[in-house]
Amino acid sequence: MNTIDHHWQRFTLRQKLSRYAVYLVLVLAFFQSIQSVEVIPEFLLDAPEQMGDMFSRMWPIDFAYYPVAVHDAMIETLNIATLGTLITLIFAIPLALMNASNIVNSAWCHWISRFFLVSSRSVNSLVWALLFVSIFGPGVIAGVLAIAFRSIGFVGKLLGEAIEEVNMGSIEALKATGASWMSILLKGYWPQVLPAFFSIVLFRWDINVRESAVLGLVGAGGIGVVLDDSMNLFQWDRVAMSLLAIFIIVILAEIVVVNIRKRLI
Amino acid sequence: MSVTHNIAEHSNFLEIRHLKKEYTAGNPILKGIDINITEPGIVAIIGPSGTGKSTLLRCINRLIDPTDGQILFDGADLCLAKGSQLRKLRRQVGMVFQEYNLVERLTVIENVLTGRLGYMSAWNAWRRNFSQADINTAFELLDAVGLTEHAKKRADSLSGGQRQRVGIARAVMQNPRILLADEPTSSLDPKTAVEIMELLERFSAEKNIPALVNIHDVKLASRFAKRMIGMSNGVVVYDGPPENITDDHLKQIYGGESWLV
Repeated sequence: MNTIDHHWQRFTLRQKLSRYAVYLVLVLAFFQSIQSVEVIPEFLLDAPEQMGDMFSRMWPIDFAYYPVAVHDAMIETLNIATLGTLITLIFAIPLALMNASNIVNSAWCHWISRFFLVSSRSVNSLVWALLFVSIFGPGVIAGVLAIAFRSIGFVGKLLGEAIEEVNMGSIEALKATGASWMSILLKGYWPQVLPAFFSIVLFRWDINVRESAVLGLVGAGGIGVVLDDSMNLFQWDRVAMSLLAIFIIVILAEIVVVNIRKRLI
Repeated sequence: MSVTHNIAEHSNFLEIRHLKKEYTAGNPILKGIDINITEPGIVAIIGPSGTGKSTLLRCINRLIDPTDGQILFDGADLCLAKGSQLRKLRRQVGMVFQEYNLVERLTVIENVLTGRLGYMSAWNAWRRNFSQADINTAFELLDAVGLTEHAKKRADSLSGGQRQRVGIARAVMQNPRILLADEPTSSLDPKTAVEIMELLERFSAEKNIPALVNIHDVKLASRFAKRMIGMSNGVVVYDGPPENITDDHLKQIYGGESWLV
């Protein structure tokens, strides 16, 4: 019996060589970057000692400080996150609709919406906060707007993608009944997008709770202000209290979001 | 000649004249279709896949825009209709789909009620403000298709055959002057397919309207149809009663003959 030897290789020789070349470049880049960051060995070796020192100053945690300043600041942080997320929706929903190719069939609209969505995302919340602090002065308004503007890109993009994934058969069927554009949007698209919508918004709210906790560092209200003040005064036991409060609220937010999402889908 | 024309005008449900559709220029999928629907009952459109049956049905309610020709329906040319006039014409054309095309996350009864969307404002649709008469009709239709006990279940919890019954109820809910069904039985087992055809036959008789049914099962088609239209390569090659269709016709429509047993 004769068997034929079939020749098969996943990559051609040229592909293999170019893959090795890529690996080589990666290794070189790694060593190059280690050199260029100029790690100071003394500081690196000193780090464990410094960390131990900091933790010893943080302990015992100043729980008495919670009712004095942390509680109100924490509530403010939650308010900033929630209000910011709600304001986001006012802008994100129209932009998402404009960005979905199965709703608006115009390259112009896509470019306009994409411009706003990308600009919103390309600026970090802290930078948005700096911007709004300089316009509205330090305080909650700057924080709320910073959160809102950073979230537009996130919510708008993901919502737009969710809209593009709806079953167009149902939409076709509603069109065939003679339904108006608005009716199709409300009875065809909305029921299909609803789980994704709440999923996205809750996820963003969850992120916003964390982000609004640091906005205070640039004066945009919330727990960050308290954290910043304690750090500047070297009151590490109070810093620890603020960090603990943030940690607990983030965990609680996570639990709330997971539970709501479970019920919705 | 003029006498027959007058009679045709009075009893006409739908008249398609020289209908052409090109998706890409110079490459027509429908090459001048002439069909005159004058009687109620099932009209089966048979033909191989890719021959333009779906395109033809979708041209009738303008889910697809025809390239050329006329579709005369309810005293208007559907090819020229726009905006609210088009929507008013569409709501008189009920359509049933191969993949049912229900809104899966809505309940069964609400899917049936969406058949009324063409008759109400978006505001009322959003608030689920359906008239009592519509709600009664919807429940009667659900009863007629045998799904009363499923009314409040979500559509995605139903089987294929049940979903298609909902699809038919939704189309009839429009109180249409004509029904279109695009391969309504193709995704179903043979027994359910027959039940679906029986429902279409029943509603077209009750409402005294025609039902244009795309179907590739020739036996099933000839069992229910009063009239068969055979399509091949974008033209009508047979138009007449099912008993007169011969093996020669079928060869012409589908090509080859090994499948004819």
